[in-house]
Amino acid sequence: MGIEEHLGDNIITTSLDKIVSWGRKWSIWPATFGLACCAIEMMTVASSRYDFDRLGLIFRSSPRQADLIIVSGRVSYKMAPMVKRVYDQMPNPKWVIAMGDCASSGGLFNVYSIVQGVDRIIPVDVYIPGCPPRPEALIYGITKLQEKIEKGTLKHEDPPQILR
Amino acid sequence: MFEYKDFLIETDKFALNIGPSHPATHGVLRVLVQLDGEIVVNAEPIIGYLHTSMEKYAEFRTYHQAETITDRMDYVSGASNNLGYILAVEKLCGVKAPKRAEYVRVILAELTRISSHLVWLATHAVDLGALTEFLYCFRERELILDIIETVTGARMTPSFYRVGGLAMDAHKDFFDKTRSFIKIFPEKISEYEALLTKNKIWLERTKNLGIISAEDAINFALTGPSLRGSGIKYDVRKANPYSSYEDFDFEIPTGETGDVYDRYLVRIEEMRQSLKIISQAVENVPEGEYLSYDEYPQYVIPPKKRALTTMEGMISLFKYGIEGIKPPKGEVYVSIENPRGELGFYMVSDGSAFPYRMRVRPPSFCNISALNIMVKGHMVADLIAIMGSVDILLGEVDR
Repeated sequence: MGIEEHLGDNIITTSLDKIVSWGRKWSIWPATFGLACCAIEMMTVASSRYDFDRLGLIFRSSPRQADLIIVSGRVSYKMAPMVKRVYDQMPNPKWVIAMGDCASSGGLFNVYSIVQGVDRIIPVDVYIPGCPPRPEALIYGITKLQEKIEKGTLKHEDPPQILR
Repeated sequence: MFEYKDFLIETDKFALNIGPSHPATHGVLRVLVQLDGEIVVNAEPIIGYLHTSMEKYAEFRTYHQAETITDRMDYVSGASNNLGYILAVEKLCGVKAPKRAEYVRVILAELTRISSHLVWLATHAVDLGALTEFLYCFRERELILDIIETVTGARMTPSFYRVGGLAMDAHKDFFDKTRSFIKIFPEKISEYEALLTKNKIWLERTKNLGIISAEDAINFALTGPSLRGSGIKYDVRKANPYSSYEDFDFEIPTGETGDVYDRYLVRIEEMRQSLKIISQAVENVPEGEYLSYDEYPQYVIPPKKRALTTMEGMISLFKYGIEGIKPPKGEVYVSIENPRGELGFYMVSDGSAFPYRMRVRPPSFCNISALNIMVKGHMVADLIAIMGSVDILLGEVDR
């Protein structure tokens, strides 16, 4: 954020880290970005039985207001530039969940038109297996992401680059 | 002296791009809209953002493996898509499923129709600003998915049918759960209707919008609720009954004007009719075999119990697992009534264990072609309402 780069690691910055990470953990705002089958399960998680909101997740229609992108479904080569663009439009810090087999590795569809895993175009934090994953699996993935965010720092970090 | 026309502002047409990542396009549809002020002059759907080459992919899978692809094609109504596919393969082989299997298939397909319409109603209502509807619809959708899960083991992608029957017998728990669902669901539909049907805002946003005449609807090859909303009584379940649909008593709801509101009413009424079919099917399910293995042992897998207790059953199950079924040479076309319209499968067999060609006639693909004439002359905000009312599913459009 700026100030901690001058102060270094001391009691003030590390305490601040904890507070901010705790805040970030409970206010992950995912972008409304659905691709295929998993998008329906993603909607289900937002609905009454599973209730996303109790984890602090609120769907935002604009990527500018979001800090999580759930890649829910197969990414075709035609769609890949748009996925990258939505990701690039999101402000830092940002996280990515690859939901389902198709987004994680291409899954069922080892064909000419499908990107074999969204991690070829954007860096992924959490992979959720399943075709499609159950809503419970997505919630588990969210809690895993929260664990990861909890350990984060305020220090300015460039998002990991894909070297491919 | 000034004349009236001098005060008019001259506007140029301009292009607006909606999608492919837009919350109201129901997936990855991209629409290139040409606007004159706020009036839509031309709307061109650009598809292919979810192209998965499923038809080609099916050519490298055995007949039973290819069934799993049809789940992912229309992912909101998996059991319905499986039915179309498996009926096509059965016709290719000349196999007929036993009555019990057909009834269970009908129950699953109709449950899927209800759940698909619920997803449609939920998303359509959210697009038009009614968020409560979303929570209501998904509440009941979960009950349906629970029922499907008890018998098939999967929520959205069942792949439960086999050539000549079912993978397993439907047990008592499934029928009990379905019965209790039939009891509670009618009042839930009234609940949805109470929120929308006579709601002033809903009427303003849906009435006289996106009208498509009966003639245009036929010319654009619309099927399903989009066609019936225009007043044409065409339903594959009645016109060309498959899977014992002739045994059930149900009506085909139709609209009058063919606007967004009529399509909404048709779908609401269709849920009631589906429920009627389900209740008849649950009460009249015959006892007996769920696989017609005895009649067609060369195409149908043996029932699980026979495969595990008898020698020849074990051998034939192993043989189907290794080699797959080999239908005789030929080509067939089978169409069923999907929640979105007429879903057709055209299968060609060259006598090997893999389909030579699988061509799908997806209802959404044909329905989306009429989008342009539906939205012409309407406001850009109404485009969302019209797009939602056609009930497009991009997984099926692009395949």
